[in-house]
This record gives sequence, structure tokens and C-alpha cells, in this order.
Amino acid sequence: MKSGRMDLRGLEETVMRGLMWLALCLVAGSLLLIVAVIAIRGLPSLSLAMLTQTPRGGYYLGKEGGILNAIVGSLYLGAAATGVALAIGLPVVLYINLYARSSGLTARMVRFSMDVLWGIPSIVYGAFGFIVMTAVGLRASLGAAIVTVSLFELPIMVRAMDEVLRLVPREIGEASASLGATRLETAWRVIVRQAMPGLITATLVAFGRGIGDTAAVLFTAGFTDRIPTSPGQPAATLPLAIFFQLGTPFPEVQGRAYAAAAVLTFLVLGVSLLARFFAGRFARNTVK
Amino acid sequence: MNGTHLQVRNLSVWYGDRRVLRDVTLDIPDRRITAIIGPSGCGKTTLLKCLNRLLETGEDVRVQGQVLVDGEDIYAPRVEVTHIRRKMGLLSQKPQVLPMSIYENVAYGPRIHGERRRRELDRIVEHYLKVASLWDEVRDRLHGPAASLSIGQQQRLCLARGLAVGPEIILGDEPTSALDPRASQNVEQRLGELKRDYTIILVTHILRQARRIADHVIFLYLGEVIEHGPLKEVFGNPRHDLTRRYVEGEIS
Ligand SMILES: Nc1ncnc2c1ncn2[C@@H]1O[C@H](COP(=O)(O)OP(=O)(O)OP(=O)(O)O)[C@@H](O)[C@H]1O
Ligand SMILES: [Mg+2]
Repeated sequence: MKSGRMDLRGLEETVMRGLMWLALCLVAGSLLLIVAVIAIRGLPSLSLAMLTQTPRGGYYLGKEGGILNAIVGSLYLGAAATGVALAIGLPVVLYINLYARSSGLTARMVRFSMDVLWGIPSIVYGAFGFIVMTAVGLRASLGAAIVTVSLFELPIMVRAMDEVLRLVPREIGEASASLGATRLETAWRVIVRQAMPGLITATLVAFGRGIGDTAAVLFTAGFTDRIPTSPGQPAATLPLAIFFQLGTPFPEVQGRAYAAAAVLTFLVLGVSLLARFFAGRFARNTVK
Repeated sequence: MNGTHLQVRNLSVWYGDRRVLRDVTLDIPDRRITAIIGPSGCGKTTLLKCLNRLLETGEDVRVQGQVLVDGEDIYAPRVEVTHIRRKMGLLSQKPQVLPMSIYENVAYGPRIHGERRRRELDRIVEHYLKVASLWDEVRDRLHGPAASLSIGQQQRLCLARGLAVGPEIILGDEPTSALDPRASQNVEQRLGELKRDYTIILVTHILRQARRIADHVIFLYLGEVIEHGPLKEVFGNPRHDLTRRYVEGEIS
């Protein structure tokens, strides 16, 4: 009787364990597959010229040149949009966690609207950006794309940071307050410090989503062979460069699309690793 | 001088509809250790937090009555709360270090109150770590993370950190409850020495601890002050039957 029960529970354990392994393999497998496909199809077409030159005439027909314009454009766009989203998002998150009552109306409203914004597809942000842009008489440009992408990144960042800040033990804030610190001092010098690794990760997630997004920049960034020198100029981006190259009928250009995809992937990967390194250095001092 | 540093007048506290402190009126004697004793949930922590207005950070909390610090009602409108908190160091039930180095933990308070000179900060850090008898254990790892200290060391670091802002009053909420007997003894000794210069208020549920170090005792029961007075009277000759039963361990 007793051993029968044990067998059943043992079986349960084994089956669940098997299922979890399966799920794990699926996750790891698909990641590996994506990276492998991009590498196998892209790396043979990747050349130094691609990384260091802007497109010459006929690049999209398979002639000379590179995608430096798109690489630089994407980096400008990703960095600036993430910067803008951070400049708006961090104060919002600090406010709803440290100033507003956490169950109060303001905090609930912010969380709700961020959830809604989070679920809106990026093409809608693109269309919205386009409408606003034309309404105020701007043309497609780096600046317009930065605004659009930062709006798209904002809810991603705010939601992720909100979760991070909610995990900071309240007693840490009280300890700081009891020393006579103002809320602002507590927020910046203690809470942000404690949450820094998580905040960096949140910023990074937003950056990755922003730099990789195609739909938001489709109408707003424009496309050009030149590297933009001011926010008023149009800018090429990697996702669009991939999109255009894949759309050509020439296999060698399609190969370059995969090469561009590899560049984008490694760019995001590189930034992640860099940020992780810094997050690790901050984690040294966090409590618990 | 009439009156003491710290006076409580008709203080009541509600969490939502529940009244957890009832009409508390107390004079906390200066430069003594006052122990707040009473069964779990009777409002000891709440009373302590009222004293430096930490309670307002919570939600749905209503406070009525006065807490006078050097004659100033800290619950009066438009009181600047940071300079009041600065007059009191807090030791919590579980030591809570700040997410920075050992040095920065102690320097944090003086820094936010405007001390920038490196030399002076070095001096303050060393001085108060010595007062908390932690200096010898951490002198060669001052810039290591505070979270890597043992719990007992963390509590002494919190003591040093609190003292570094120059308070007159030390509030302790069962500051030894997370510590082993030796670390507790260490903290108790420090408090015993500090009462020469500071007014100390200590929440404790350990009656033996109150006997060992308190000069004055407040017995709280269901949010009411049943009895308060010198240790000898409250423990030796309680006026109230409830107090007698509590100190004799009949109720807990
Ligand atoms: N934030 C809160 N919201 C609602 N009720 C609370 C809150 N904090 C404390 N209480 C209640 O108020 C009463 C007094 O709590 P308090 O923490 O002051 O007790 P205590 O005497 O410190 O107890 P202990 O010895 O267990 O620490 C308890 O009944 C508790 O449940
Ligand atoms: Mg308590």
C-alpha cells in the first residue's frame, strides 16, 4: 500500500522532470537553431567591406559596398531611443514606487496604461509616429524614429523596472530615511543602487527590442545610403536593410541580408555582455 | 529644563479601522535605557516607529496626538522631518545595511548632511566604527561590501551608521533578536556604554534582557500603556495585576 503510493509519486516526479527537460531543450534548441541559421547563411557573405563601407551604387543589385550606414544608424537610433525612454521611464518608476501610494490611483493608472501600451504592436507606433510627423511637418528622419522607438520602448522598460523596484526590501528605504535622508536621496543613492543590476537588465531588454524593431522605423526613419550627421536627416537601420536585401531576387544580396542579421544579433549580444559585466560590478554591493 | 528630550502625548494610531495604540502618554527619561516590553502584537514596533515618524511612509495609517522632540511636535503640519529623524538612530529587528561598502554605510549619513571633506569622513568612519567596536574586525576591508559581514557585525555597523549622524536618541527594535548570544551580548554592552551620552529606547520581548540593561520600563498591552516606571518598580513591585502576570511569565 505504502510502496504503491511511493511508486506513483516517483512516477509523477519522473514524468514532470521529463517534461521540464523537453521544454528546456526546446528553448535552448530554438535559440541555437536561430543563431546557427543566421551564422551559416550569413557568415560566408560577411566581409570587412560590409562593416566598413556605405553602399555604393547598385549595392542592392549585388555590387560593391557595405551596410555601415545601417549599422551606425541603428546604433544611433537604439542608443538615443533607449536614452530618451530611460530619462522618462526611470523617474516614472521611482515615482510610483517611492512617492505614490503603491495601491493608490496614480500607481494603478500608470501600471495599467503601461500594460496596455506594452501590448500594442510596433506597427501601430510606427503609424502613430508617421501621423504626428506629417502633422507637424517633419520628414522621415532619425529624430522622428528616435521619438517613435522611445515610445515603443517605454512600456517595456517601465514594466521591467517596476518589477525590479518592487523587489527592493522596504526596510532599506526606511534605513536611509531614518538617517535623515530625503526621499530623493533615498531613491537615487540607495534604491537605485540596490536595484542597479536589474535596472541595467531592463534597459538592455528595451534596447534590444528597440534596435531590432522594424515596423516602428518603417515610416519614420526613412532610408538612405549615407550616415546621418544630424537628427533631421533620414537614417538607415539594420532591420530595414535586412528587409530590403531579403526582398531582392539575387541570392548574393540575400546572403548579405543574413550577414546583416548576424551583425544585428551580435551587436545586441555584445551590448548585453557589456551590460552584464557592469551589472556584475554593481551587484557586488547589493544586499542579500 | 522642564521635561525630557522625548515626550509622547495622547498618541493613538490606527491601521485602517484598527486602533493599535491607545492614548499613549509618556516621558522618556534622558540618558537612560528605556525598555518597551509587552506581548507580541501589542504595538511596540508601532510606538517606536511613531517616535521618528517612520510610520508615515506606510499606507492607511492614522496618527493622532503628539510626539515632542525637544519640545517640537513632530506631527505638526509643515515640520521638516529629516532633521527630526537625524536626531534618532534606528536599529531594526533585522539589521539592514545599505547596498554599498562598509565605509560608505557609515559615511552615508554625514554625506547627505553635507560633509564632503574626505579627511573628516575618514575620521568619522573610524571613530564610530570604534564606538560600535567593529573597527578591528573591518579595518582592512572597509571598502568591501557591507552585505558580506556577519549578521552580528551588520547590526554593529548599523549602530555605527546611526551614531555617525550625531543623534541624541537611539531607537532599537529588538536589535538583538537576529543575533546569537555572544553577538547580542556585544550589542547590549555597547548600548550600556552609550547611555552615558544618549537616550536609548529599546523594544524587547526578552524579559531577562530588560532586567539586565534597562533603567526604565514601559509595559504595553493591546496598545495601551499599562504601567511605566523605573525597572525596580515595574519588575519588583508592579502596581498592576496584568504587569505582575506578564513579568512573572504567566501571560506572554
Ligand atoms: N502595516 C500594518 N497594517 C496593518 N496592521 C498592522 C501593520 N503593522 C502592524 N499591524 C498590526 O498592529 C499591531 C501592532 O503591531 P506591532 O508590529 O507594533 O506589534 P509588536 O508589539 O511590535 O509585535 P512583535 O513583538 O510581534 O514585533 C499588530 O496587531 C499588527 O498586526
Ligand atoms: Mg515588533
